[in-house]
Amino acid sequence: MSDMPSPRLPEPDRPWMMRTYAGHSDARRSNELYRGNLQKGQTGLSIAFDLPTQTGYDPDHELARGEVGKVGVSIAHGGDMATLLDQIPLDQMNTSMTINATAAWLLALYIVAADAQGVAQDRLQGTTQNDILKEYLSRGTYAFPPGPSMRLIADTIAYTVQHIPKWNPINICSYHLQEAGATPVQEIAFTMCNAIAVLDAVRQRVGRDPELMGNVFGRISFFVNAGVRFVEEHAKLRAMAVLWDELGRERYGVEDEKHRRMRYGVQVNSLGLTEAQPENNVYRIALEALAVTLGRGARARAIQLPAWNEALGLPRPWDQQWSLRLQQILAYETDLLEYPDIFEGSKVMDGLVDELLEGAREEIHHVAELGGAVEAVDYMKAALVESHRQRWQRIESGEHIVVGMNRFTSTESSPLTAGADGGILVVDPEVEAEQRAAVERWRAQRDRAAVEAALQDLADAARDDSANIMPVTIAAARAGVTTGEWAQTLREAFGEYRAPTGVTDAAAVSSEEVSELRGEVERLSEMLGRRLKFLVGKPGLDGHSNGAEQIAVRARDAGMDVVYEGIRLTPTQIANSAAQEGVHVIGLSILSGSHRELIPSVIESLREAGVEDVPVVVGGIIPDADAEALRKAGIAAVYTPKDWNLNGMMRDIIELVAERHGSSTDNGA
Amino acid sequence: MTQRARASGGELGARLRERDLSAAPATLNLLESRAPDAREQARVLLAELAPSALGQEAPGHIVGVTGPPGVGKSSLLSRLVAEWRRRDRSVAVLAVDPSSRRSGGSLLGDRARIDADPRDRRLFIRSTAAGDRLGGLAPATRSAAAALAVAFDVVVIETVGVGQSEVEVADVADTVAVVVQPASGDVLQFLKAGIMEVPDVLVLTKADLERAARRALADLQAALSTLGAADTKLCPVSSVPPPSGIAELADALEAHRSALDLPARRLHARRRQALDQFAAEHGEHGLRALGGRLEAQRWLEHQDPALDAASLERGLEARAHESESS
Repeated sequence: MSDMPSPRLPEPDRPWMMRTYAGHSDARRSNELYRGNLQKGQTGLSIAFDLPTQTGYDPDHELARGEVGKVGVSIAHGGDMATLLDQIPLDQMNTSMTINATAAWLLALYIVAADAQGVAQDRLQGTTQNDILKEYLSRGTYAFPPGPSMRLIADTIAYTVQHIPKWNPINICSYHLQEAGATPVQEIAFTMCNAIAVLDAVRQRVGRDPELMGNVFGRISFFVNAGVRFVEEHAKLRAMAVLWDELGRERYGVEDEKHRRMRYGVQVNSLGLTEAQPENNVYRIALEALAVTLGRGARARAIQLPAWNEALGLPRPWDQQWSLRLQQILAYETDLLEYPDIFEGSKVMDGLVDELLEGAREEIHHVAELGGAVEAVDYMKAALVESHRQRWQRIESGEHIVVGMNRFTSTESSPLTAGADGGILVVDPEVEAEQRAAVERWRAQRDRAAVEAALQDLADAARDDSANIMPVTIAAARAGVTTGEWAQTLREAFGEYRAPTGVTDAAAVSSEEVSELRGEVERLSEMLGRRLKFLVGKPGLDGHSNGAEQIAVRARDAGMDVVYEGIRLTPTQIANSAAQEGVHVIGLSILSGSHRELIPSVIESLREAGVEDVPVVVGGIIPDADAEALRKAGIAAVYTPKDWNLNGMMRDIIELVAERHGSSTDNGA
Repeated sequence: MTQRARASGGELGARLRERDLSAAPATLNLLESRAPDAREQARVLLAELAPSALGQEAPGHIVGVTGPPGVGKSSLLSRLVAEWRRRDRSVAVLAVDPSSRRSGGSLLGDRARIDADPRDRRLFIRSTAAGDRLGGLAPATRSAAAALAVAFDVVVIETVGVGQSEVEVADVADTVAVVVQPASGDVLQFLKAGIMEVPDVLVLTKADLERAARRALADLQAALSTLGAADTKLCPVSSVPPPSGIAELADALEAHRSALDLPARRLHARRRQALDQFAAEHGEHGLRALGGRLEAQRWLEHQDPALDAASLERGLEARAHESESS
């Protein structure tokens, strides 16, 4: 017996980096939150920025309205960044920043803030997400067209590899692809294609020096998702590791095996979290965490877990603490870290990996044929919308079971949501006004000449394709430039961009229920004199368009003419489209929590545009108390994640229009 | 907007004649409607706006912009609209969405691609599905173009396709611009083979791709002179910053319009539209009752040139009815 090799590791592994995706309101409040989280045993920081910061607008810009400090912290300039990181020792901290279009800018602010603390840039550790393709495909916080965006990414990689060697300049994200409906095969394949596009762009800028490319390859990390089908999800990560190793060896000639090891951080799935019986989400999160920790062969380097109440609204510090404790129990109480890879030699696991690899290779080949990930954005977006549509149809038909939502729905009332706050964090509405005033004060006290000179240098570098954007960006941060000014300068040089909506080619649903709806739409259209026309609008900066896309596609399948213009519209734009297009009904979707400000603002704009008799419905993550207020303000219906039946929603919309029009016909006037 | 109230064709017509641009949405609502009372009001509206009532052709410039998908048509149109607005021209865009009407419904997203100030009251954009009818243009689009040309300085009809759509657009537009990009070899082939009509203006996008663009320009120029169409203006443009060639394109479109025998082209368009509408409503059977398409054309040529298309169509209907009952 004593000759048997021990099945244990000689020494248990060190736990992964534990973080919580956090930040809200302003720099001061978020700094307090971070210091509290670190005291609770969190080992790294994960900064959530608000949407204006992510898309490059100052807090006083029209598009920032209602969004300041909502889904993250507002960082408008170097002063904000210094406050955010106050008393946090940056030479020891490992900081992950969920920032993409404006990654170069936030990295520059971070470098400058560290410098002020006396920490040189070569000692910094952390990650900038910096992955633009998935923003086009899913998350929506892009700012510039694909070409210049890829250049910004390549520039930050080239800069950090040379000057901040421990920085992960890009986190290529499979996470948001799954949130947008990707199947495991699509998730693996599109992520790899995205990585290839980035590496090719870098290679084009830094040249083919194999040692340098090896360093670049070694600094690329991934940010993945894990759903509740945790066995298959684990296999997915093993498959990605195989492909990554192959890619390094074959395409980029990376010799050092260490550089080819796939490193990833993870935030587990939010898509599967439910509003109904939200306490069940705790179990889902725990099982999903297993997907990324069980097998040592493909274990996460860093984990952040969502909170149980994400489908209800923003999590409170206590909710986040609860999720952090789950990580700590997994790492410190269980025996997980004592063993080598427990799936080694498992036929089932190997079989699953092979199956995923086969599908993914085929898909990677297809994207390559289309000219690579940048060229294939339209294709990938349409494929995701289609997968999500199918997933939704399976939920509606009951084939895909979601406990508490489409099965086992009878429930006791939850004490978790019974409190006065409804179980969520509500951002102080004063924050926006404060930040607006603060950015004005900031602008007033700067050396204007220095700011203008820095912006001129930035514009020149942007137009000179051979220049690296980072040095001038760091200089701009030092000169006191604001987030909005930095982005606006680049918008002028690069142009703006609207990503594809992916809906045009979505396959049609046909079911008995949908045919019935079609009949009703035909009858109503006949009565109206022209086809029922429905405007689906996404006001504000929120880029989560899954819901709006699925509603637009289903409405089309039900026979309506659907006007859908994609994300990021101002209330005035929506009102103008409604008036010019002569729509019969309007649906608005907001998931960022800015509905309180934006919905009344859309209603006001509609009135100004003379659209007064058109019913408006709203969908999103909207707490009960807010829903009541919206109905009082004239909204005809409010839908939240618990209203998952799209056909039911279509029926409501048809009835609403029929009611408003009585039996008279609509000739317009 | 009192959407439910009955729209009076007479009132809308009067507003358009006074160049009240805010009448545009209601005009489209009315022209798109198939309800009997709306059809009646539409007839009144169109008669109000016919040359016979105006005493002249509608002053607006009707421009057709068409081309294969993916050539950068929307970005180009966005820049062109901005150029017209810079010149203080009021602009109406009728965007005909090619998305097929599976299920009868459609997804219309084109307007998003035109960068517009939503507070600009002198720019109107309306999207329509291409419709079930063969012929690319939504049924109401032709009437709408004619009506809006009374009030707007420029009316743009945007369609997608090549080989067929520029023909249909030519039936209603004063000036047709076909948009192509470097290396669209198919367009070159279509032109040479005569599958595609030679447009009034040929626009080459992505002129920033220097070498490819220069080559494409030379190829197109050569093709045009072989076809004896060396007069067709060829405009290279780039819509990515810094944009180029846009003002020259606007000039070229205007120059075409100035050199045009407008009454003749409009008259041709109205007669053509009347016959097409009639054929779509009444089919081969209806055409036979008129003694065939050629005979119908001959009859149309003898009608008052100032009549609107809808009136002409009703004339055809009356004639067919007569011949059937006799």
